[in-house]
Amino acid sequence: MNYFIQLIVSGIVLGSIYALIALGFVLIYKATRVLNFAQGELLMAGAYIAFALTVQLHIPFWSAFFIAMLLCALLGLIIEILILKPLIGEPIISIVMITIGLSIVLKAIVEMIWGTETRVYPAIFSTQPIALGAISVSKSSLFSLVAAITLFIIFHLFFKFSSTGIAMRAVADDQQAAQSMGINIKKIFAISWMVAALVAGIGGILIGNMNGINVSLGMFGLKVFPAVILGGLDSIPGAIIGGITIGVLESLSGGYLDPLVGGGVKMVAPFAILLVILLIKPYGLFGTEEIEKV
Amino acid sequence: MLKIKNIEVVYDDVILVLRGMSIEAKKGSITVLLGSNGAGKSTTLKAISGLLKSEEGKITDGDILFENRSLKNRNPEEIVSAGIFQVMEGRRIFGTLTTEENLKVAGYCRKYGKKILKNKIEKIYEYFPHLKERREIRAGYLSGGEQQMLAIGRALISEPKMILLDEPSLGLAPLLVKELFEIIERINRIDKITILLVEQNADIALSIGNYGYIMENGKVVLEGSCAKLRENEDVKEFYLGISAEGKKSFKNVKHYRRRKRWL
Ligand SMILES: Nc1ncnc2c1ncn2[C@@H]1O[C@H](COP(=O)(O)OP(=O)(O)OP(=O)(O)O)[C@@H](O)[C@H]1O
Ligand SMILES: [Mg+2]
Repeated sequence: MNYFIQLIVSGIVLGSIYALIALGFVLIYKATRVLNFAQGELLMAGAYIAFALTVQLHIPFWSAFFIAMLLCALLGLIIEILILKPLIGEPIISIVMITIGLSIVLKAIVEMIWGTETRVYPAIFSTQPIALGAISVSKSSLFSLVAAITLFIIFHLFFKFSSTGIAMRAVADDQQAAQSMGINIKKIFAISWMVAALVAGIGGILIGNMNGINVSLGMFGLKVFPAVILGGLDSIPGAIIGGITIGVLESLSGGYLDPLVGGGVKMVAPFAILLVILLIKPYGLFGTEEIEKV
Repeated sequence: MLKIKNIEVVYDDVILVLRGMSIEAKKGSITVLLGSNGAGKSTTLKAISGLLKSEEGKITDGDILFENRSLKNRNPEEIVSAGIFQVMEGRRIFGTLTTEENLKVAGYCRKYGKKILKNKIEKIYEYFPHLKERREIRAGYLSGGEQQMLAIGRALISEPKMILLDEPSLGLAPLLVKELFEIIERINRIDKITILLVEQNADIALSIGNYGYIMENGKVVLEGSCAKLRENEDVKEFYLGISAEGKKSFKNVKHYRRRKRWL
């Protein structure tokens, strides 16, 4: 039983990071209908920015954390201005292809600067795990979980109460009607990219803090697909629940099935679940059902 | 206040929809724009409000002047800032937002402080007490009539000088239509907002309007004071459904001939 709970907890920790990436992905999709295949690489970029700040520039972790957040948002903005803005009005499929190109470019840049070996952040928490009843959690995992939950709450409040948050939802609901209200949709697109890069970057820093970083971090982006498709492409709560579910499933299948078959189930399980879900609910668990107009 | 001078509008670089369209809306008046389906009424409004751009449409000739400044091919947010607010055809309520959030969004571009925005929303609720009861409900669940009131409420929040209304009576029961047009009149008289009204319901539109235009195929074919238009034989026949002869069998023939003359 303890083993089970332990797996659940580590699954939730991992899943909350998937949820962060998924959140950014859904944000961009909702505002601009673009599937951003570079979401995982934004996470990687965030992780390396924090690495450069802490290890190479010797900035204390907390300051580095906040500077990295700003830089990630800036990166999102630059990407939007340089790459996405000129493509507004082009077919969605070309824009999606561009995001794939972007993911390759980001990865190449990181490899050029930092190489391919795994790097670690300076330890900010003692490695002594915290005992919660019968299970134990590392401090960095706990920090990760708390940070992710705090972010979800901030997001909820942002979308519910801030005028920009409400305007973003209006744009997602009906772009032209939002324009008729005098909302500058280009500004909203830019904000969506900034926020998406920001949350992905935070995800990257949290992972780096737990496991260290290397260029394969971009692979985290792949997990976003089962997560968001499970939750419904256009639902923010869906992204969070989807991300956590995938994390837990991965952890459980890794804990119980991998020893039986000799490993690998962990990587496949989320996608297997995804297939089943799509067969039953084509719009995901929380997605809006769309009726194609003829 | 608003002058459209001989504009030509093209969609997708090839589809010519407005050709030499000219109208004028005087300050403080209600100007009515009538015409059959596809005549280009909505296109005219979108040309003014800048929404053409999002549909690959462009003003290729002529000019639009609002208080003597050109609005030609400007962005929608600039035009809202200039004081023109369009209530689009089909209301276009944000169904996933609550009633109150719909009103808040409409104030976004004005950058009101929290308190001022709240007061403005309260004022809208005085106008439409029904909406107040439904403030926390997802606007998608409102009835058609409530949605139309919300659409007009959104227009009022930004305190425009001029409102463009595209077929506000669409899909409403006759009693509601009457109430709606009383509200439109009130907005015009009391709030002193200039109105440009596009309608299929010519009868009621001409009864509250000051001046009217009738368009066919992308340009104005007839204009005059609303009182005069109501007396015009063609308008009576095609838009008010009153025929002078009343003989059904000849009606179609005549319809064809008259239509020919207008084209
Ligand atoms: N986005 C668009 N792209 C191409 N053609 C368009 C577009 N919008 C409208 N049109 C065409 O322009 C013409 C005028 O359309 P518009 O919507 O302005 O008519 P309308 O007078 O408002 O008609 P209705 O009474 O049916 O609303 C129509 O022939 C229509 O097919
Ligand atoms: Mg129309």
